[in-house]
Parts: sequence; C-alpha cells; structure tokens
Amino acid sequence: MFVSFFHELKQANIPVSLREYLSLLEALDNDIIDRKVNDFYYLSRAALVKDEKNLDKFDRVFGHVFKGLENLEEGEIAQIPEEWLRSLTEKYMTEEEKKQIEALGGWEKIMEELKKRLEEQKERHEGGSKWIGTGGTSPFGADGYNPEGVRIGQKESRHKKAVKVWDKREFKNLDDSVELGTRNIKVALRRLRKFARDGNPEILDLDDTIKSTANSGYLDIKLIAERRNNVKVLVFFDIGGSMDPHIRLCEELFSAARTEFKNLEYFYFHNCLYEGVWRDNSRRFSEKIDTWDILHKYASDYKVIFVGDAAMSPYEITYAGGSVEHWNEEAGGIWLQRVTDIYENAIWLNPTGERYWEHTPSLQIIKQIFSDRMFPLTIDGLDRAMRELGR
Amino acid sequence: MSLKFTGTENYIATEDLRVAVSAALTLERPLLIKGEPGTGKTVLAEEVSKALNMPLITWHVKSTTKAQQGLYEYDAITRLRDSQLGDERVKDIKNYINKGKLWEAFSHEDRVVLLIDEVDKADIEFPNDLLQELDRMEFFVYETGETIKADKRPLVIITSNNEKELPDAFLRRCFFHYISFPDADTMKEIVNVHFPGIKDRLVKEALNTFYEVRDVPGLKKKPSTSELLDWLKLLLNEDIDPETLREKDNGKLIPPLHGALIKNEQDVHLFERLAFLARRERN
Repeated sequence: MFVSFFHELKQANIPVSLREYLSLLEALDNDIIDRKVNDFYYLSRAALVKDEKNLDKFDRVFGHVFKGLENLEEGEIAQIPEEWLRSLTEKYMTEEEKKQIEALGGWEKIMEELKKRLEEQKERHEGGSKWIGTGGTSPFGADGYNPEGVRIGQKESRHKKAVKVWDKREFKNLDDSVELGTRNIKVALRRLRKFARDGNPEILDLDDTIKSTANSGYLDIKLIAERRNNVKVLVFFDIGGSMDPHIRLCEELFSAARTEFKNLEYFYFHNCLYEGVWRDNSRRFSEKIDTWDILHKYASDYKVIFVGDAAMSPYEITYAGGSVEHWNEEAGGIWLQRVTDIYENAIWLNPTGERYWEHTPSLQIIKQIFSDRMFPLTIDGLDRAMRELGR
Repeated sequence: MSLKFTGTENYIATEDLRVAVSAALTLERPLLIKGEPGTGKTVLAEEVSKALNMPLITWHVKSTTKAQQGLYEYDAITRLRDSQLGDERVKDIKNYINKGKLWEAFSHEDRVVLLIDEVDKADIEFPNDLLQELDRMEFFVYETGETIKADKRPLVIITSNNEKELPDAFLRRCFFHYISFPDADTMKEIVNVHFPGIKDRLVKEALNTFYEVRDVPGLKKKPSTSELLDWLKLLLNEDIDPETLREKDNGKLIPPLHGALIKNEQDVHLFERLAFLARRERN
C-alpha cells in the first residue's frame, strides 16, 4: 500500500525494516486512527522512526511522498502573516533602509517575491545570494548582509498554526549531520566510555562469588574485569585566526569533554603544532610549554584529539620557519608526525564541513599525516571519531 | 478493542502523543519515550494508568540493574542459611524465588501499565536481554521449570534519556515518541492544569520571561517544563505580581527567584553580565 513511501524512507537512510512496515499496516488495519492525514503522519512516525535524529529526514520524505495530499484536507499552506512582517520592519529598520527598500520596488514587491521563493524552496539553505537561509545576501533569511533583508527566524515558530506539521520540520536540529549541542556532544563522547570495561578479569567479584559459592556448595571464586572508567584524553585546540568562527562549537566540545573524561589535558596551538603549546590563551607567550615535555609526560595510552580547521599555507606544515608568528626550527609536519608516532589513538576533528575539505591543500597534508583519521565536527563525525579512538 | 488515550485533567497530551499511545495500546507493543529532561516522560506512564484505570507497575532501572532482576531472582543465600538452620522451607525451591517487576506485571489479574524507567541507565546489553520477554510476554523459570505467561498483555512504556544508544532489534519492536519541548500555547495549558485559577497576566509575563531565558544564547542548561512549574509555585508563594516580572527597564534582567530556573553557576554569571551590559547601555 505504501511501498514507495517505505522505499523512499530507506533511500533517505532511515533504518526502517519490514517488521516496522508491517506493524504500521497492522495499526492501520486496527483503526487506531481516524482517516486523517495528520493522524496518519503521527502514526507512521511512531511506527517507523526510532531515533530523534531521523525525525527531520522523515518529515522531508513524508512531505515529498505525500505532496498534494494535504489539499484533500483543509488546504492550508505555509504562510507568514504579512502584517507581522511589516510591523517587524517598522521596528527595526532605519529611515534610510526603508528608502532603500522603496528603491527596490517597495515592500509589496519584496513580499511577493518572498512568497514565490518560499514556494520553490523547501530545503534549508546557507550562504548564496538567492535562496532563503542564513548568512547570505538574499533579501530573505537570517543574519544576512542585505539591508532590506527580511529576517525569518526563531520567532516564526510561535506562529505556526497554519503550517503543515511535517513541513514545519521542528526536529531539524536533531539531525546528526547538522549542529551540535553540549548534550549531543556528551552522548557522542560517551562512546569512548563504553570501551572502558575491557581487560583481563583480575578483581574479585564479591556478589557473584557468594552466589556461586552458595549454589555449588564449595568456595567458588569469581573474577571480573576492572572497571576502567578513566579514559585518558589529550586535546589540542587550534586557536585564533581562521578558527574564530568556530569558537562556540569548540567551547561546547570542550565543556562536554571536561565533564565526560576524568583525565583530560588540553593545550592550545596556533594553526599547526610546533615546539611550544600553551594552557592559557592570554599568557600564550610568557607561559609556553615545551611540546617535547608533553610528549614525554603523557604515556602512549592517552587518546589524542586535535581540533582545528587545518586551513593554512602549506609551508606552515612542510618547512622550517614556516610559522606565521615565530621562527620554528623544525617543520610543523615533523611535530605532528611525532605525535602520531607516539600515540596510537590520535585523530583530528575539523569544524569545517567535509565537502569543503578537498579544496584546502594544507588540510590534505594533515589528513595524510593522520592517516585519514580526520573527522568533521558533527554528531556523526564525532561518533565515527570516537569509534576510531575506541579501537 | 478501541482503547484510546486522550490525556487527563493533569496531563496535556499532544495529538501525536495520543496517537502513539493508542497504537502501542492496541497493538500491544512497547512504547519508547524520549525527550529533553523535564518534559514529563515518567509522568506520562502514571497518567496513562490513571486515565485508563489500569494499575501501574514501575521498574526503575539503574546502572547496576540486570535484566534477570525484572523476571525473578533466586535467593540462594537465604536458602543456604536456612538449610544450615534446618528450616522446613528449604525443601521447596519456590520459597526462594523472588518475583521481579515483569513477573508481577504478567501475572496481575488486570491489564497493567508497566513502566521501565530510564532504560538507558543500564548496561548496553540490558534491552537485548529483554527482547524475547517483551515480545512474547512470557519467560521460563529454570529453577522450578514453569513458564510465566501474561494472559493480559501489559502496556509497556519505556523511557530513555539517550545516554546510550539502544540496539536496533529492540527498537524495531517498539513504537517511538519524542516529546519535543512544548510551544507557548501548550505550555499555557500545562500551567493552567497545574495551577488552576492562576492569574492570566502572571502566566503571560512568566512565560515571556521563561522563553526569553530559554532563548538566551550560550546557556549551559536550558530550563525545562518542570523547572517552570517549580518557579511558578515559588512566584505564587511569594506573591509576586506581574508588574515585578515586567520590570525589565530597571536593569533587572535576572528574573526574580531565578534559582528555580537557572541551575548552573556559569549561567547565573552570564545573566549578571548581560544585566550589567544592559545597564551600561542605558546610562
């Protein structure tokens, strides 16, 4: 009945199985819901999606497959009340900006254009100069540079009565390829914790010993592996310059890591690792720590995480004296190589999106040094990174 | 059978939650509930049991909980001691089998609601160990050789805080509902249910402040529904009027009695800094 729907879900990488599909059909058969599209949406969501990170994907597929179906019901479409937008402009725009709008053909025309584009565009968008999204120069969207821009932001969601539930896509930020929150990071970092109960059984399991002694009638000693909850982690943060836009993300990662790992040591560096790192960014020149000291101090069972965008001039990695802020006797690449030689578990987390990576030569060099163990700083990337570290 | 859950006078259930509960009820499958802390996951089970007049059996899961404990436990130590004291009871092994929550739920004369609370706290193998038992609603007691089978399959509600991923095989057998954070309208209904007769203006101002606090960028822990309710209780207790809440322009960016809303030292600092900036701007 809904086979194509099922297949599209599969194609969108939502883990659905035949069993779940059958239970959806069974539920429909049992008349749990009235024959309304909304109810069907809720039911199929409860039956087919089992993880909140897939809810957004599900909404997209549902909207796509059942496009047009909603017209059978009430025919409501996404609308932003015009008066509301207008009042917003009056509040936030200066006289000058209002004049600029007039120059563009006036408010009416912009609104008309907005409606048209809203129709055409269904995907989330960033950058660029036409589509509605964030950080662009189109007149519509958030955080843009266009003075006559129409901000479509959070507040909108409180006026969502007229929008179809699945097109609202309220689960957007739970999709694991998008953004991170501390809570999400913690969950991802906990992957490391799982491996903590490895090792030989060597301590006495009192409960089990008593139980099996009572069971068998003679002293039956049971051993258990030591609980090693203390994963040791060494984190190096790239700080300043091109990393500034990613500060918030790094802060979140840092605060999550701090609470997750008992043994966490962190250091800062700039662009590439050289002979010195520092702990306190305001005293970075007076209180430098010799990198050799660190490599000697922390044993090879530490797990090493580098956080940086790895975007720099290739000379900063490959040549002595290539550093932008001091004379370095040895090339940065040599230092990175030393780290990966000593620490078996070393990875690089990169806050820039994976699809931009191939355009940065310095990034490719570092990726090579880390034998491809570079991961994007998204939930999914972090997940893969922790899996790699846990090996 | 058309059992339907429609929310209770104490609990506001959104449309999607109602559908999910009804589906789990009718198809007799477990219902897995996830959501931000403080959105009422555990309360849901209590309210479902109240609304449908079904007894509630709660099994709180801890990090040390084993699946077997939910079925039954064989108390070998007591039996060993009894045997040395020559107690008569020792002859029958049944005397030393302690029933677990699942057994209790299966053998109950009415259909019950079984809440398995915070399933993610336990070992990762825990959900897998319960697969068969929850699927067939029966298990075998090795010590006595009997099979415990549920005549009336209980409604199983499982909550998770997402600390661990649950195994796929387990997920496939459940219905799933994610309780998202309530929007302003739902929140108002929730408040009205908990504080009947509360002044509308106070609610409005309090909710405004609450959502403002939630929208402050960089908060380490955002306040949740349960914190809002606590805060309102305090506001009512202290008899604070709506005007005080609105006194933003006096540089009072920190809401009164903020201790109920903001639970993190760094967040309080953040607020103080913002308040300071606001004051400076005005001068």
